[in-house]
Amino acid sequence: MEVARVEHASKVYKIGEVETHALNDASVTIASGEFTALVGPSGSGKTTLLQLIGCLDQPTSGAVFVAGKDVSRLNRNQRADMRRDTIGFVFQFFALIPTLTAFENVELPMLLGANKLSDGERRKRVTSLLESVELADRAANRPDQMSGGQQQRVAIARALASKPTFILADEPTANLDTANGKQIMDIMTRLNQETGVTFVFATHDQRVISYARRIVTMRDGRIVES
Amino acid sequence: MKQLLRMAWQNLNRNRRRSFFSALALGMGISLLLLMAAVLDGEYRDALDAAIRLQSGHLQVRALTFDEGKTSLAWTDLIEKPGDLAMRISTLAPVLAATPRLIASGFVAGSDQSVGVRLFGIDPSSPASAPYQQGLKSGAWLTSDDRDGVLVGEKLAAQLNLNAGDKLNLTTNTSNGDVDQQAFVVRGIYSTRTPGFDNTTVLMPLVKAQAFTQAGDHASLIFVLLNDIDQTEPVKTALQTATYDVRTWSQLNDVVVQTQRLSQSYMVMLYLIVLAITATVVVNTLIMAAFERTREIGILSAIGMRPGTIMALFLIESAFLALGGIAIGLVLGGALVAYGTLVGFFIGDVGATGLLVGSTIYAHLTVGDAVNLIVAGLVVTLVGALFPAMMASRMEPVKALRGG
Repeated sequence: MEVARVEHASKVYKIGEVETHALNDASVTIASGEFTALVGPSGSGKTTLLQLIGCLDQPTSGAVFVAGKDVSRLNRNQRADMRRDTIGFVFQFFALIPTLTAFENVELPMLLGANKLSDGERRKRVTSLLESVELADRAANRPDQMSGGQQQRVAIARALASKPTFILADEPTANLDTANGKQIMDIMTRLNQETGVTFVFATHDQRVISYARRIVTMRDGRIVES
Repeated sequence: MKQLLRMAWQNLNRNRRRSFFSALALGMGISLLLLMAAVLDGEYRDALDAAIRLQSGHLQVRALTFDEGKTSLAWTDLIEKPGDLAMRISTLAPVLAATPRLIASGFVAGSDQSVGVRLFGIDPSSPASAPYQQGLKSGAWLTSDDRDGVLVGEKLAAQLNLNAGDKLNLTTNTSNGDVDQQAFVVRGIYSTRTPGFDNTTVLMPLVKAQAFTQAGDHASLIFVLLNDIDQTEPVKTALQTATYDVRTWSQLNDVVVQTQRLSQSYMVMLYLIVLAITATVVVNTLIMAAFERTREIGILSAIGMRPGTIMALFLIESAFLALGGIAIGLVLGGALVAYGTLVGFFIGDVGATGLLVGSTIYAHLTVGDAVNLIVAGLVVTLVGALFPAMMASRMEPVKALRGG
């Protein structure tokens, strides 16, 4: 079953008179349960493709379907709801809210959801998610009290909070040392296998690529191998 | 909502000094506006109170042809047998006091100068004369049968270098159109703490004033004080006949009433100007916060926070700043108003025609003024905060995640 589909999508950024083709006629389908790596050199369009699949941006031409819906037909609120209910994000720069504790960062997407859990259920789920990324003892810590690896694990727990269909990770290990990078990939692999949640991650790190069960190769904004 | 409130509070706490000074700016504005509103209200209350107690009363009953601008003493312009009429009016339950008064214009000749004055013929034993008696600074109070004694206002006495016991020459118009002059003894010096009144008014017993001006058993008006100002209109209705003209305190003090209304309009404009300036500080703080937290806004957007919720987050932050500013404003302004209420602000000899202003202004803050200011402070700040809040909510997630 597909969770996302990109059909002949192009993305052109215009800065002044200069047009940059970040994505050029890309088509790809992501199936449920995949553990897929988007690989390619810097500027190959990996991040742009993730942003389109993640409903963070819209294609200049072509179409992106998420959970069976054409994303380009959704308004800002509907795209926000789609991100909240269907998609989890892990960013290169950890991307936690600095004023919130690890617990609160993981809890936040659940508070935004339309079908809110009871206080008790929510607390139980946050604790369980922090345990799944081996950070139960850091629940009360703010991001500046945690290492980069720990912050990225909190980000993974947050990405799982609203039980998304798939998680998009943009260079999730790029800012981590080898040991922490390995730990992140081990956790993502385990969660993919245990929960069945789909992972699509962009990387150009060969050690990370080795974890993928499917590799989509990009170059100059095009998908050259899928 | 609870989480949103907590996030807003924590966001303000990131830069406590900046948040504090933003709230302080609003607080300073509100405290000064509170003081201004209270001083202005106090000034007009006092002016009106002085005008009612000293000059107009709550009601005046006058002859139909009486013209206060001319202070005519022609008998046709005066009330005949005013004592009887005052007695009848006194029997009405809401009436505290009703007393005849004769008003004439004249001048006092000093050793080296003459000063134009108003001559007030009053009943010294009437409760309506109490404000003059209470203000006696030196000498003795008048008696009804005093034939050559007058009371002179403190300022006028100082101007003419008069003391209690001194003699003065008083010249006045009379009912038959002549001018009469007579020597009087300054029985006492009084002060109503209202320079505009004290500078110009000489008091003498009504009977003597009637004799001096040849007014016979006539008076310019019946001065009526009520127990409750709200009873003015019902009593006016009860007194109104085809024979007399009955005027209320608001008609008699239209300068004060109109000036008060005008100043209230100006105050509303001043509220908006000052609050708009102080709200600019809050808006500036929020704009800076929106720029500083661009990436965070992108994160919130990425995890599914709707634009409206992001906007609400910023509006809550502005509401917290506004409430903080209002709290500071109430404390600072409350202290200033308390000082102004208890001690007052000395302004000296200030006043204008028709406006009796005391030498000391006492603040008087009404609940209505305070509530209006609080609501205005909150609304103006929130309206101002719409811009940064909308700016934050309209950020494209992709651009915001890149940091703008």
